[in-house]
Amino acid sequence: MTGVIASRELGHLLRSPLAWLLLGVLQLLLAWLFLLQLEGFVTVQSRLATLDAAPGLTDLVAAPLMGSAATLFLLVAPMLGMGALAGERQGGTLPLLLASPLTPAQIVLGKYLGLFAFLLLATALTLLMPLALLAGGRLDGGKLAAATLGLTLASAAFAAIALWVSSLADTPLTAALGGFGLLLLLWLLGLGGGTNGGVLHWLSLQSHLTPFLQGVVRLSDLVYYPALTAAALLLAIHRLKDL
Amino acid sequence: MTAGELNSHRLTRYGGRSMSILIEVQDITRRYGDRCAVEGLTFRLEAGEVLGLLGVNGAGKSTTLNMLAGCLPPSAGTLRIAGHDMARAPVAARAALGYLPEVPPLYSEMRVEGYLRYAARLRRVPAAACASAVERAMTLCGLVDAGGRLIAHLSKGYRQRVGIAQAIVHEPAVVILDEPTAGLDPVQIREIRALISQLGEHCSVILSSHILPEVQSLCDRVLILHRGRALFQGPPQGSPKSGASVEVAFDRPPAATALEGEEGVAQVESLGDGRFRLVPIGDQPLPDLLGRLARQPWGLREFSPLEDDLEQVFLEIVAGEAA
Repeated sequence: MTGVIASRELGHLLRSPLAWLLLGVLQLLLAWLFLLQLEGFVTVQSRLATLDAAPGLTDLVAAPLMGSAATLFLLVAPMLGMGALAGERQGGTLPLLLASPLTPAQIVLGKYLGLFAFLLLATALTLLMPLALLAGGRLDGGKLAAATLGLTLASAAFAAIALWVSSLADTPLTAALGGFGLLLLLWLLGLGGGTNGGVLHWLSLQSHLTPFLQGVVRLSDLVYYPALTAAALLLAIHRLKDL
Repeated sequence: MTAGELNSHRLTRYGGRSMSILIEVQDITRRYGDRCAVEGLTFRLEAGEVLGLLGVNGAGKSTTLNMLAGCLPPSAGTLRIAGHDMARAPVAARAALGYLPEVPPLYSEMRVEGYLRYAARLRRVPAAACASAVERAMTLCGLVDAGGRLIAHLSKGYRQRVGIAQAIVHEPAVVILDEPTAGLDPVQIREIRALISQLGEHCSVILSSHILPEVQSLCDRVLILHRGRALFQGPPQGSPKSGASVEVAFDRPPAATALEGEEGVAQVESLGDGRFRLVPIGDQPLPDLLGRLARQPWGLREFSPLEDDLEQVFLEIVAGEAA
């Protein structure tokens, strides 16, 4: 049943002009940032060659691009997820799901997987840009994989939080604004807790992504995103039960 | 298939105890903050029965049906659908019902056939059986030619049919229809009513309406809801009461006292504009009363006995709301 809902959700996104517009704007912005990074790299390349253990193409172009993509996903995820439950509520289609023999968990997971699949598509498209560098340069496969993993885990959490806010909101607009506000707050929390240590720093979405972008895969970060994802999904399920 | 066979078919299909009772509502209440939308409602729906919920807007019809469909938990009381408790076994209970809310839950960007296939999959129709289930529902609802059309482009009557089709695509034992004819034109209303009578042959139906004749023509039993409470439960034609009142109208109305002086009249209530409601004495034969009134020089132009208590209860509610 989860799969049935997920494929409709993804199909719905793939049929909606808004999702394609978002994907297009995202690609355009990222391509611009990518070119800027690349230009910067080309400028300093000759000086880098004189250094020992100098940062390479992956550190200076690919990883920052993945970081920028994560920042943009903060905005994109709530806009894609706003329709998931709040849109159904506003359009009066929620009873179709609620009166069907489904558990709240199946509904939420189905919606979530559809949304996450679309973000995976956006991640894959983003990844194509650094991969294009293989035509003329060398990339650090391990570091790129770590950065991609980080972006994927972060977008999984973004999607779950966006879905939870969508389950609370009455209209898609409030869902999008609320989701964006909450994600941005969680992203910026780290600024309040000092650079290292501190509860706020540990809770921050951003501080767990940075190590991935540096090519460091830590257990605490590997646990943080899935735990956040699960918590947001459980809250959404609880909300549907309580309706 | 006779009604008896149909019942025994359901018995085997759903198993369990007291299976000829498909919906059992026990003392349900729903509060929205301080306001009580439904209070202490108790009723049953038997296999093969068509039950009408009748009431003015705001009587609690939609809230009741929403709770029956499992979309809204009651604040108190229990609901059983086909023997399954909605609170304890919600999935099994919902599997036995199909629901058309007040606003049909349609995705405007989907095509009719794709939408119905999705609805069938949600209701656990096996993938292999989906095509035939969708075809059956489309045939029953007169949608065969509309399968490839985008839902956004459908007229209101067609949208309502698609809404009914999604409610019956999995052949549920109970179909719940919330104001199925609201907002349709007379031709569409006739079509949807014909469709509902047809549905009544395959499954039990519970529908809501604020139109008395509609309920009388479609339903085997009526429940009148008013301010969240059941005021009447019984057959749609009501039962003649002795001493039921008569509404009369005159071109040259006499004084109320003159009418009270008439033989066989126990009570007179002036309704204005030459209309009166008369309560005859005991089991006064109405034709005699009609004859006597017609012989008077008052110009009798209407004589309508309000014989059944259903109509009286409903008219009193409507009059009370208007006042």
